[in-house]
Amino acid sequence: SLKLSLYKKPFVESFEETPLMVAVLTYMGYGILTIFGYLRDFLRQWNIEKRHIARERDEQKDFVPLYQDFENFYNRNLYIRIRDNWNRPVCSVPGPKMDLIERSTPNYNWTFEYTGRVLKDVLNLGSYNYLGFAENKGPCADAAIEATQAYGVGVGSTRCEMGNLDIHEELEQLVARFLGVESSMAFGMGFATNSMNIPALTGKGCLILSDELNHASLVLGARLSSSTIRVFKHNNMQSLEKLLRDAIVHGQPRTHRPWKKILIVVEGIYSMEGSIVRLPEIIALKKHYKAYLYLDEAHSIGALGPNGKGVVDYFGLDPKDVDIMMGTFTKSFGAAGGYIGGKKELIDYLRCHSHSAVYATSMSPPVAQQIITSMKIIMGEDGTTLGADRLRQLHENTTYFRRKLHDMGLIIYGNEDSPVIPMMLYMPAKIGAFGRQMLKKNIGIVGVGFPATPIIESRARFCVSAAHTREMLNTSPHRIARTKFPRIQSNYSPIQRALTEE
Amino acid sequence: YTIIIYLSYPIYLSIMRGVLSSIMASGQQWVLVEMVQAFYEAPAYHLILEGILILWIIRLLFSKTYKLHETYKLTENEKEDLIEEWQPEPLVPTLSKDHPSLSYDIVTGSPSHKIIINGKECINFASFNFLGLLDNERVKQKALSSLKKYGVGTCGPRGFYGTFDVHLELESRLANFMQTEEAIIYSYGFATIASAIPAYSKRGDIIFVDEAACFSIQKGLQASRSFIKYFKHNDMKDLERLLKEQDLEDQKNPRKARVTRKFIVVEGLFINTADICPLPELVKLKYKYKVRIFLEESMSFGVLGEHGRGVTEHFGVNIDDIDLISANMENAVATVGGFCCGRSFVIDHQRLSGQGYCFSASLPPMLAAAAIEALNIMEEDPGNRSFFNDCLNVALCLCDRIPGLRLEGEPFAPALHLQLEKSSGSREADMKLLRSIIDYCLNRNVALTLARYLEKEERFLPTPSIRVVVTVQQTEEEIQKAVSCIVEAASVLLQ
Repeated sequence: SLKLSLYKKPFVESFEETPLMVAVLTYMGYGILTIFGYLRDFLRQWNIEKRHIARERDEQKDFVPLYQDFENFYNRNLYIRIRDNWNRPVCSVPGPKMDLIERSTPNYNWTFEYTGRVLKDVLNLGSYNYLGFAENKGPCADAAIEATQAYGVGVGSTRCEMGNLDIHEELEQLVARFLGVESSMAFGMGFATNSMNIPALTGKGCLILSDELNHASLVLGARLSSSTIRVFKHNNMQSLEKLLRDAIVHGQPRTHRPWKKILIVVEGIYSMEGSIVRLPEIIALKKHYKAYLYLDEAHSIGALGPNGKGVVDYFGLDPKDVDIMMGTFTKSFGAAGGYIGGKKELIDYLRCHSHSAVYATSMSPPVAQQIITSMKIIMGEDGTTLGADRLRQLHENTTYFRRKLHDMGLIIYGNEDSPVIPMMLYMPAKIGAFGRQMLKKNIGIVGVGFPATPIIESRARFCVSAAHTREMLNTSPHRIARTKFPRIQSNYSPIQRALTEE
Repeated sequence: YTIIIYLSYPIYLSIMRGVLSSIMASGQQWVLVEMVQAFYEAPAYHLILEGILILWIIRLLFSKTYKLHETYKLTENEKEDLIEEWQPEPLVPTLSKDHPSLSYDIVTGSPSHKIIINGKECINFASFNFLGLLDNERVKQKALSSLKKYGVGTCGPRGFYGTFDVHLELESRLANFMQTEEAIIYSYGFATIASAIPAYSKRGDIIFVDEAACFSIQKGLQASRSFIKYFKHNDMKDLERLLKEQDLEDQKNPRKARVTRKFIVVEGLFINTADICPLPELVKLKYKYKVRIFLEESMSFGVLGEHGRGVTEHFGVNIDDIDLISANMENAVATVGGFCCGRSFVIDHQRLSGQGYCFSASLPPMLAAAAIEALNIMEEDPGNRSFFNDCLNVALCLCDRIPGLRLEGEPFAPALHLQLEKSSGSREADMKLLRSIIDYCLNRNVALTLARYLEKEERFLPTPSIRVVVTVQQTEEEIQKAVSCIVEAASVLLQ
């Protein structure tokens, strides 16, 4: 009952279990593909089948091989078959509709050729464009144009040396105001923000408790810090509490000395699951056990909360409770880069000790200007209601799209408020088939399989945007349904079926 | 108790023999009375010993097993006490108010040839703007037209609708420029070599690195979890010694050697020492000991060589002999990002294994368009000969004339280091002294900077120095002015 009172509104997440029949068929599918993979490798080795992979130089044939055969087995025999669903070249703004360059392959995806045609107005359900700021017209673009003319494109130095421009200082003050924290610092790359700052904050003798499904940048940052890493089950507070208790009670392994610091690393929205972190419970745990909290809001900043200020805003909590608020500008602000916000001591320390401040180039000025303009729009400081409209539109679109897909009986993962919507496909062949069929119907989707997800839980992931209109969202489920029926047998939710049958 | 059971076994045997013989003696009759009689017939000490052993075995069987962990089991109350008592360190240690990196110099406007730093307009000798392309009009116009077509951000990684035709064009242009098969672009210069090294070198592989390797290489090495062997800076004899040692190890264990990959990582022009790596000798060592070479050319791309192709062109080495060339586009190319180039066999692997490539948003299209235009300008008018001569000029000017400061680096390197001839013994004091020289120069409108490092994180901390950068845009008079300014500062402050 204590836990329920922490949440101000209902927290509804669903991760339906894989139906047994589907799991069996999926494993069988992988088994057949593996057998065929071995067969094809055998044929290639004996030159019965043509080899398409690039090969080592003749002068270096007696060197130790650069790749082991088994490391690339998955790549050669499974990924190549369906790889036309990824790396699709775009030639327009990645807005709600985009233009794709058509590719064809004469040899089953080993090489691609351009047919010369452009697929116009493909509905974009794959780009992280939550608030629709990926646009080439409007106030953001105009401000970025001015910044380019005033500052140029590059910077040529690091923040500590000659690369600290006045526009960076302005950006950091704005970000601090937006998040409601004392101070903040901006970096040129979101991935690098994690991998360069976590090592500056923790070191040997510290403990990092990281969620099972954390992003590669968080895992890399934790590894580079040389702290001990322990993993708790995804969004599972009992698992986290048990780890915290064991850690404090027993101390460091073998020596049993007390830990210097404990850092809990979680994300706001997990992009592969669509789940939202249980922030109220984590903050309660963190306060009780005196741990520090690192919150990576890559997907949730701008996308959640009544004012677009992320997970903290969504749950109505105090931003000062989160020790380190990190996020990226790529998703909701239509720019690039990352930030860290927190207390003044933290940011002062990072200004001196972050790897990025000393060794990496600062953010490009037009990119910084784009963030400044879009952030002001979201906060409503530009004098219009554009920000509030977009936030509301995103929320409506999310609810509508989720409901539509759910009503069709498809298995959807994640929290009902998250704009990231994974739809389960399970079988490897379906990723390819679904992606291709949807492209034929002029919808661009993203399919994800192993190793980004567990091996039998392949999925298609939709990213809803505030720029999508009602008609766009109406046509897509319709077309998904049409794709499913004649070609691909659907993964209909048995729970749904049971409910409807009753 | 195993020993006890073994010891008691012969005694049991003797009793059973006694029992059986009495049974045999009385035919096949199995009578309890006969057995009891056999027990009475057995010697007394047998029975006593037997009894003691049986009691002992029973006691051992029923006693609790002694576990070492028993003594560590804590009660719930004790656990709560420990949790209450534990106090973590503060999240960040307190910083002294006058830490040198705490306050940054603020640049207003474009950090190009004439730079406004802390409100003063100075000539820029500090940004890595080697070819002067930071405020080039053509580059800006191309970037603007790209902005008007694509917007600013790409909203996704390369795999998920983040690949734009501009990226593909830039990759093929870079591959053409460097005369290699393929190139791959990263959205951040630091992440380029730091993602490339772990993509190829895994746990168990061996990497030979120069001691003066820059920080991003060090992070790449750390992420790769391989065995790292450092050789003395530019010392080929030391490297050969290490390679020979490794060769001997391999001969002891050929099976393991067949799967252990070996790499040499060097920089073309080292950023920390401004000197050049001996590439032809490295290539000889490569073929002799069968190791692959990764070359980091951030400082030499666009600068060395007749066309600006870097150290390979400078020395006339066949570019296919180098397995991977990595560079960032933030120096000569005057944009943001980095790239790796080489044969398709090597580069294509990074498209699925390069962490900074797969898990990060792609380079904003306007920055890629700026890079393409910069490449166009570089190809149209190499101008490297004159740039070479400019650098030589500056270096010669600085070499002997400054009292108390020593020039570090090759004469044709665009980014040189000025170190104190006599160190005061304390790094902090040295840094303060150099900073005072820089402030003096700033007051006379010459912008210089201290070379910055993270003292605790660097493996081989370089000596404190002032970074002097030569760019194509600086005129003869400006160089003379800067040199005289530094000479003045040194003679005033270093007495």
